[in-house]
Amino acid sequence: MALSKAEVEQIAHLARLQLSDADIDDVTNRVSDILKLIDQMQSVDTDDVEPLAHPHDAVQRLRADEVTETNNRDALQELAPESQDGLYLVPKVIE
Amino acid sequence: MEWETVIGLEVHVQLSTQSKLFSGSATRFGAEPNTQANIFDLALPGTLPVLNKDAVKMAVRFGLAIDAEIGRRSVFDRKNYFYPDLPKGYQVSQLDFPTVGKGELTFTMDDGTEKTVGITRAHMEEDAGKSLHEDFQGMTGIDLNRAGTPLLEIVSEPDLRSAKEAVAYLKKLHSIIRYLDISDAIMAQGSMRCDANVSIRPKGETEFGTRTEIKNINSFRFVERAINYEVQRQQDVIEDGGRIVQETRLYDADRDETRSMRSKEVANDYRYFPEPDLLPIVIDEDFIEAIRADLPELPDEKKQRFMAEFKLGEYDAGVLVSSRELAEYFEAVVKISGDAKLASNWVTGELQALLNKNNWEVSESPVQAERLGTLIARIKDETISGKIAKTVFEAMLDSEAGVDEIIEEKGLKQVTDTGAIESLVDDVIDNNPEQVQQFKEGKEQVLGYLVGQAMKLSQGKANPGQVNQLLREKMK
Amino acid sequence: MIEKTVAELSAALAAGDISSQELTQAYLDRIAQFNDELNAYITVCADSALAQAKAADAARADGNSSALLGIPMAHKDIFCTDGVLTTCASKILNNFVAPYNATVVERFNAAGAVMLGKTNMDEFAMGSSNETSHYGPVKNPWDTERVPGGSSGGSAAAVAADLCAMATGTDTGGSIRQPASFCGITGFKPTYGRISRWGMIAFASSLDQAGPLCKSAEDAALMMNAMAGLDEKDSTSIDMEVPDFTATLGDSLQGLRIGVPRQHFAEGLSADVEEAIQASLKEYEKLGATLVDIDLPNNHLSVSAYYVVAPAEASANLSRFDGVRYGYRCENPVDLEDMYKRSRSEGFGDEVKRRIMVGTYALSAGFYDAYYRKAQKIRRLIKNDFNNAFKEVDVIAGPTSPHTAFKLGAKSDPVAMYLEDIYTIAVNLAGLPGMSIPTGIVNGLPVGMHLVGQDFAEAKLLNVAHQFQLATDWHRRKAPLTSKEA
Repeated sequence: MALSKAEVEQIAHLARLQLSDADIDDVTNRVSDILKLIDQMQSVDTDDVEPLAHPHDAVQRLRADEVTETNNRDALQELAPESQDGLYLVPKVIE
Repeated sequence: MEWETVIGLEVHVQLSTQSKLFSGSATRFGAEPNTQANIFDLALPGTLPVLNKDAVKMAVRFGLAIDAEIGRRSVFDRKNYFYPDLPKGYQVSQLDFPTVGKGELTFTMDDGTEKTVGITRAHMEEDAGKSLHEDFQGMTGIDLNRAGTPLLEIVSEPDLRSAKEAVAYLKKLHSIIRYLDISDAIMAQGSMRCDANVSIRPKGETEFGTRTEIKNINSFRFVERAINYEVQRQQDVIEDGGRIVQETRLYDADRDETRSMRSKEVANDYRYFPEPDLLPIVIDEDFIEAIRADLPELPDEKKQRFMAEFKLGEYDAGVLVSSRELAEYFEAVVKISGDAKLASNWVTGELQALLNKNNWEVSESPVQAERLGTLIARIKDETISGKIAKTVFEAMLDSEAGVDEIIEEKGLKQVTDTGAIESLVDDVIDNNPEQVQQFKEGKEQVLGYLVGQAMKLSQGKANPGQVNQLLREKMK
Repeated sequence: MIEKTVAELSAALAAGDISSQELTQAYLDRIAQFNDELNAYITVCADSALAQAKAADAARADGNSSALLGIPMAHKDIFCTDGVLTTCASKILNNFVAPYNATVVERFNAAGAVMLGKTNMDEFAMGSSNETSHYGPVKNPWDTERVPGGSSGGSAAAVAADLCAMATGTDTGGSIRQPASFCGITGFKPTYGRISRWGMIAFASSLDQAGPLCKSAEDAALMMNAMAGLDEKDSTSIDMEVPDFTATLGDSLQGLRIGVPRQHFAEGLSADVEEAIQASLKEYEKLGATLVDIDLPNNHLSVSAYYVVAPAEASANLSRFDGVRYGYRCENPVDLEDMYKRSRSEGFGDEVKRRIMVGTYALSAGFYDAYYRKAQKIRRLIKNDFNNAFKEVDVIAGPTSPHTAFKLGAKSDPVAMYLEDIYTIAVNLAGLPGMSIPTGIVNGLPVGMHLVGQDFAEAKLLNVAHQFQLATDWHRRKAPLTSKEA
């Protein structure tokens, strides 16, 4: 399936990726090629097939409700591009 | 045209677990920013979720309380969107297979009518962090302490028909959640939050109108106001020939209005898919039955019991069970005082008035159940009169002292000593010859005046029955 | 000494023929000599490695004799290492010093292994040639104009060139087995859930699995003994008894039934690779095994299904790289959207962005059923194919890759690159254990044979590989880099 430029732009926005005008044609073609590969799936009838999300039929383990973590803020915020007064800073969010 | 309002509520409650839904970080309210955010909560690469058992138990507990289907195999999904308070870039929630399925909730309106509302589902999900917009040189500060706190999102059917019904539903939901002890459910602190889906349609129409979703309503009062505002706004738009746009609107309590959140208008496409880092939660019969066995008495059952056991009227019983704390307070008062009727009168009367006036929770009342119970016991054993009891009640607001201590200290003990009452009565007869004469001539109603005079002289402490009897004898 | 297997080094250390410090220094010297050319390591931890080696020697003096004590190794740079740069070969993590250890790293530390450094890889493990790394491509030690395979190309090249005794890798669609094949070493992908994913930077959560890259099946068994087992921190980690994987290596293959899938010997397989594989199958017959032709009728759909499941999961897994809490943030963002978009676009390479795009599209409104759900159904069909096959056979054998290592830059078309993994991908979709062992040399380049086992039957698979390696010496062949130095 071939994608339109508008679709590619919309997907890029959802994924928070910026595509330059120079990139967009290349990305559109390449992604369309990949979708063509993917579309081979449509050749087989799977109406009665149960989807498989995990390789094994295992079930979720449950953890006891215990606080096991201690405050490690200062060390963790050393990883941050920008922080102040214990908060991570980002460009202003407009509600 | 006559309009009908259609409301569905989405209520988020923070489950009161010690640790987060998927990590061992604490969930304590009000901690210093980011001190309760560990490497998983911060979505550091390579970190993985492990599900908190108590959160699942609490969700099931709620499901059983509303007679809901319990999802025997529930599945977590990823809901994808970018926001700085959502560290992973997706929220782990439940889409197709929630832990709690269809149930229902019955509540009573102020006028006594009952209403049952369908609950579509209740699913578990993670809370987001908080954005702080003030004062960082034009930047926004992010606190992720709240990120990952377990939430139960309770979605109602669009069965509510007025803002008042919405509030009554919400209050009943709040009451059940408090009875179950699965959340603090304090709206002002955000541990209970409410979004309202509101639409209107001409009365008699069966199709739904276009709805708007109102967010950010953080008190029961605002729920009513926000819905009423929105209903009026929709009516105005339609009656002016306009059309309602499906959108998210923010309630602004200061200006008492809802307004469009245009920044969120960009079509959201959440791209839900099963969370591959978690496996299906399988809930078996034993798990459910263990939780069922542990369910507390819920408000409706308690109300029936109060009516049967304490011979209370439906209204009073309803008021007493409206919160778990109040019901427990009342039962403690009954136990100490030995008089359910008086206990009911005092709790629904004096105590409620006191709480309402000060906007207090039961737990904040300076008059504890033990003291109110003792106070009522002193009325019953005629240590004090009902009227004096109100004085003692007032005194308890400023004093930690025991009931007997206050009665003693303030000299409020009822005078039952016949000698003392006789001298009071003699004084009254001497000072009111005219009225005494009238009584003797057969004017019965004067007696009340004379009793009053005697009570006044005793500063309310004389036993009115004794005064009455002695006066009659002496005026024969 | 550095060319020896882990088992041999372990014996030498135990016998006191060499100390861990001497051995570690020898590998560090080798890294200093060849890493510029091969680009196998992103980070080399000389000081901490020597300190660990010293501690290992001291522990040995105190009577500790565990098999991996003092063995110098490398970790793929996808595993978080406390206090050490952990990049996933991406610009977006080029400043990320992990504050914790992956469980795999913890376990090797506990076993007393020495970490020489972090190996290069395809960015976020997305690639089959190691050309997508932000740190530049890794070169194949057999021919430095060729790729080492990917995504665990740095680990494979490092083992092949004796820049370490053993290395960890991860395999989402073939990322351990294909580079092992291209570099002439042994690569092992365990059953999904056998090894904890905690601290392993996620590409596709339902497919990713860590495993060993090393010089023999016996070494893989020794590594598995350290790596495998339940980890409460990973919900998908399986609670199942872990055997001593070395205990059954010596079992006879008499009566072993080997399935040979018709679909793995069809169009696209190069003739000389096929010849090498057929020769090895004959070798197995000599060892007492029976060959059984089998069908994996849905194998041809595995690449398409994989390129929905993996990008879809990846598109969400990579959303956390947003420039807020760690990692790369663009210069002077004008607003929040700008910060997100530029940080991510500048931080991710082209292949990563492509896969995020594909995954986002596959999950977007209206396409979920046609793509993601469909792919999960195909996944079921593929698993069923294997279940059916394993009713008749004990293991499945075939080529790991359609051909030997290709030249750098030879596959610029992503779809052509994806088809590289045609034989390995189905194994990840089904969650089965698989491995690649050296099984021939064609035009001076190694050929790998792919062996697939039943769920949790890793010990059997290792036994089957080990018996082959006792009978042959393909796994002893060294890349010419070694002889050049000698």
